[in-house]
Amino acid sequence: MKKKGPLYALFLSLILLLPGCSSLTVLNPKGPSARTLSDTIILSIVVMLGVLAVVYILYIFVLVKYRAKKSNEGYIPEHEEGNKVLEAIWIIIPIIIVAFLSVVTVKTTTEVENVAADYKDQTPLVIYASSSNWKWHFSYPEEGIETVNYVNMPVHRAVEFRMYSFGTITSLWIPQLAGQKYAMSDMLTTLHLSADTEGSYIGKNANFSGKGFAHMEFEALVMSNKDYDEWVNDVKETAPELTEDEFKGLLATDFLGRKTYSSTHLEFSPPPGDHSEHMSGDGSEMDMDNGSEEHQDNKEIHPSPEPSSGTEFDSEPDPEVEQPLPSSPVDAETHDGH
Amino acid sequence: MDLDKFKVHGEPLIYGAMVSIALATIGILVGLTYFKKWGYLWREWLTTVDHKKIGVMYILAALLMLFRGGVDAMMMRLQTAAPEMKFLDAQHYNEVFTTHGLIMILFMAMPFIIGLMNVIIPLQIGARDVAFPRLNAVSFWLFFMGAMLLNISFVIGGSPDAGWSAYFPLASLEFSPTVGNNYYSLALQISGIGTLITGVNFIVTILKMRAPGMKLMKMPMFTWSVLITNVIIVFAFPVLTVALALMMFDRLFGSQFFTMANGGMDMLWANLFWVWGHPEVYIVILPAFGIYSEIIATFSKKNLYGYTSMVFSMLIISLLSFLVWAHHFYTMGQGAMVNSFFSITTMAIAVPTGVKIFNWLFTLRKGRITFTTPMLYTLAFIPIFTIGGVTGVMLAMASADYQYHNTMFLVAHFHYVLIPGAVFAVIAGFHYWFPKVFGFRLNERLGKHSFWWIVISFNVTFFPLFFLGLMGMTRRTYTYSEESGFGPLNMLSFVGAVGLAIGFLLLVYNIYWSTRYMPRDTTSDPWDGRTLEWATHSPMPIYNFAIVPTVQTRDALWSAKQDNIPLYDDKKITKIHMPSNTGKPFILGVIFFILGFSLVFSLWIPAILSGIGVIVMLAFMSFDRDHGYYISAEEVIATEKKLKRGETV
Repeated sequence: MKKKGPLYALFLSLILLLPGCSSLTVLNPKGPSARTLSDTIILSIVVMLGVLAVVYILYIFVLVKYRAKKSNEGYIPEHEEGNKVLEAIWIIIPIIIVAFLSVVTVKTTTEVENVAADYKDQTPLVIYASSSNWKWHFSYPEEGIETVNYVNMPVHRAVEFRMYSFGTITSLWIPQLAGQKYAMSDMLTTLHLSADTEGSYIGKNANFSGKGFAHMEFEALVMSNKDYDEWVNDVKETAPELTEDEFKGLLATDFLGRKTYSSTHLEFSPPPGDHSEHMSGDGSEMDMDNGSEEHQDNKEIHPSPEPSSGTEFDSEPDPEVEQPLPSSPVDAETHDGH
Repeated sequence: MDLDKFKVHGEPLIYGAMVSIALATIGILVGLTYFKKWGYLWREWLTTVDHKKIGVMYILAALLMLFRGGVDAMMMRLQTAAPEMKFLDAQHYNEVFTTHGLIMILFMAMPFIIGLMNVIIPLQIGARDVAFPRLNAVSFWLFFMGAMLLNISFVIGGSPDAGWSAYFPLASLEFSPTVGNNYYSLALQISGIGTLITGVNFIVTILKMRAPGMKLMKMPMFTWSVLITNVIIVFAFPVLTVALALMMFDRLFGSQFFTMANGGMDMLWANLFWVWGHPEVYIVILPAFGIYSEIIATFSKKNLYGYTSMVFSMLIISLLSFLVWAHHFYTMGQGAMVNSFFSITTMAIAVPTGVKIFNWLFTLRKGRITFTTPMLYTLAFIPIFTIGGVTGVMLAMASADYQYHNTMFLVAHFHYVLIPGAVFAVIAGFHYWFPKVFGFRLNERLGKHSFWWIVISFNVTFFPLFFLGLMGMTRRTYTYSEESGFGPLNMLSFVGAVGLAIGFLLLVYNIYWSTRYMPRDTTSDPWDGRTLEWATHSPMPIYNFAIVPTVQTRDALWSAKQDNIPLYDDKKITKIHMPSNTGKPFILGVIFFILGFSLVFSLWIPAILSGIGVIVMLAFMSFDRDHGYYISAEEVIATEKKLKRGETV
C-alpha cells in the first residue's frame, strides 16, 4: 500500500489547485471561446475523477482483502469463468459516460468553431495571421495595416483569424482567448475568438517548427474600442508602407522585434485558398498550386481565390471600418459581471 | 565528395560520445579476439535461427536502446530543469527529443516486446520454433541494422531534428537540410521491413503451430494479444513503408509529395504518419495487456476473469485503432464534423479498455495475491495506467484538445500511457520469464528496490507535466523565461527523472548481481505457473519440448498440476526436426546497412552496388535448399536425462 501515498498527495493537490488557480492559464479564460473550453475541461476532469475513484476503491479493496496472508495459506482460489451481468455493467456504464462526453464534445466543438453566441450579430474583424520562420505577421485587410509579432484587437468584438504559413506548420495559440489552430502553407484555417476583458495576453506558436520555436511568442493586446480606433489611425498616419521588397526582407529574417506598417502584404502576396475550396472538387488542384508557388517566391501576384465567406479582403481599406463598430449585446453587462 | 557533411561540430558532449563509442568498439573487438570468442559469436548468435536466442538478442538490443533513450531523456529534463538553461542549444535539443521518441518507441518498446514474443510464444503454444525461423533471423538483423543506422547519426552527419513525427514541410530538404531526416527515412524503413516480416511470421506461427487441442479460445491471453498485435502490424506497417519511401524520394531525388512547392501536401504526411502511428501505440500496448494478464493470473492463483470479453475487447481495440488517427491533429482545421467523428471513435476505445481493467480487478478478487516483483509492476500499472486512460478521454474531446494539443499535458498523458502500458509490462515480463530463459530468478529484494524507485519517480517526473500543460507550456520547447513560471515544476520533474535513472541502474545491477549469486532454479516452474512455457525445463533445450504436449484446458499446466489432466498423450520420444543455422540473414542485414548508409549520404555507387547486393542475396536465399536436420531420439532422451538431473546442456 505504500505507493498509494504519493499518488494521493498528488491527487489532493490537483483538487486543491483546480479552482481559481490563476497560473493555470488554460483554466483562466478571458473570452467566450476559451471559457467554453475551460468549462469542458473542468467538467471532464470531474467525470474522470469519478471514474478514477471507482477503480481505485475497487483496487484497494481487492488488494487488502485478498492478499496472501498466513491465515489463508494453502487456500487455492476457485475457478471463476466470468459473470455476464457484471461484465455487462462495466460495458454499459462506460458507454453511457462516453456518450455523455460525446454530446458535450460535439456541442462545444461546434460552438468554438463558430462565432460565439453573444457575438453572432457582429461582422467579425478579420485578421490574417501568417507565420514565417519564427515570426508572426498580422494583417488587417479592413484597416489596411500590418504588424509583426504583436496583435491588437478591440474588446467585445468578434475576431476571425485566418491563418497560413510561409513555411513549416505552426499553430496559433492565445490560451486565455481560444484554443489553437494550425497555420499551413497550402490551406487557410480559421479561428474565431473574442475577448471580454481588456488586457495583455500571451500568444505563441504551439507547434514545433525548428530552431527558433521556443522564442516564437507574441503579445495579444485587447484594448477598448476607442483605444483601438486611435491606434489604427495612428498607425495609418505614422507607420511606413509595407513594400514588396521590405516584406521579402522580413520573410528572410529569422527573428524580428515588433514592426508596424500602414499597408498589408496581402495586396502583393495573397494567401492560399481556404479549406472549403480545397474540398470542392475540380478546382482544388489548381488552387493548391497557386498557393504553394506563391510561398516559394513571393514575387508574382496570383489571382487568389476569394475566401468563400465573401468577407472583405480587398486591397482598399473597407469603408465599413470607418463607421463605428457594431455594438455588442454583451457590451453593457460584461464589465460588472467580472 | 564532400567530407564535411559527415562531421558533427561543436558540442563537447558529441565529441565525448564519439570517443566513448570508438573505445567501446575497440574494447569489444579486442575482447573477442583475446578470449577467442569470434567463432562462438558467429556460431551461437550471429547465425542462429533459434527463437529463444533471437528473442534474447532483441531484448539485449532493447536494453541498450533503453539506456540511449534514457540518456536523451535525462539531457532533456536537465536542459529544461530551470529557466534559460545553457546545457544544450536549440539544434541539439531538437535532435535529442527526436531521437528519444524514435528510439523509445521503435527501438526500445517494440523490440523488447518482440523479444518477449520470440522467447515465449512458441513455448506457450507448445511449438518447437516459429513458423519461419530463418525469416525470423532476417527480421532481427534488419531491426538491428536499422537501429544502428539511426544511432550512428548522432556522431556521423547529425540526427533527425524534426520530431519523431517528422511533420512536413519541417522535415523537407528546404527546412532540414542536414542528413538527419535521411537517416530517419532509411533507418525506420529498414527496421520497419523487419517488423513487417515478424508480423507475418507470428500470425502463421500462432495460427498453424499450436499444440494439439489448443483451440483459439484455449490460447493463453499473451498469445492472443500477440496474435492481434501482429495483425495490426501487418495492416499498419505498409502505410509507414509507403510514407517513408515517399519521404525518401522527396529528400533524395527531388520529388514533391510533401513539400510546399508544386502541389506537395504537408497534411498528407501527417495523415499517413498517424494512420500508422496510432495503431503503433496499440502494437506496444496490447502485448503488454497480455503480459499483465498472465502475471495477474499466476500471482493471484486464479484463472483470468472474463476470458472471452478480454479477447473481444482486444479485437475491438485493434479495429478502433485504425479509426482514430485524426485525433492527433484536431487543430488542422478539418472542421467540427470530422473532429466530432474522431472524438467519438477515440473515446469508444475507453470502453473495451475499461472492460480489461475491471476484468483484471475481478481476477484479483477472491484470489490469493502474492507481491513478487513482476506482480508489483503489474499492480502499479492498474492505477497509473488508469490516469493515462482518463486523460486520454479528456484529450479525445476535440474542443478541449484545442487547449491540450502540443502542450506538456499531452506529453504527460502519453507517458502515463506508455510507461505503465509498455515499459512496466516489459520489465514485469522480463522478471517473470527471466528464470525460464536463464535458469535462475532475479533477486527479489533488489527487484523491489528498483521497483519503488521507478514507480515513485515516474509519478514525480510526469505528474507535474499535466499542470505545466495547463499553464501553457508547449512541448519541444528547449528553453523558457523566468516569468513564465514554469521553473519549479520542471525542476521537480528533473528530480523525478534522476530517481528514474537510479531505479533503472538498480535494475541493471540486479541483473549483474543475480547472474553471479542467485541459486539455480531446479523446479523449472518457479512461480507455480499456469501455461505451457513452464512445462518444459529452464533453461529449455533447443527443441523446447521433448514430447509435444496436448492441451485440454486454457491453463493447461495448471490443470495438469491441480486436476491431473495429462499433458502428454503420447509418451514416446521420437526424432525431432530442427532448422539449421545460417549466416545469410546477418549478411543481408549488413548489406542493408551499407545500402541505408550510402543512401543517407547520397553515395550513389555504393548505393547501387549494395542495392544489387540486396536483390542477389534475396534471390539466393529464396533458392536455398536447406531442409534442416534431425535430432535423433537417443540424443533427445540423453539430453532430457541430463536436464532432469539439473545439468546444463
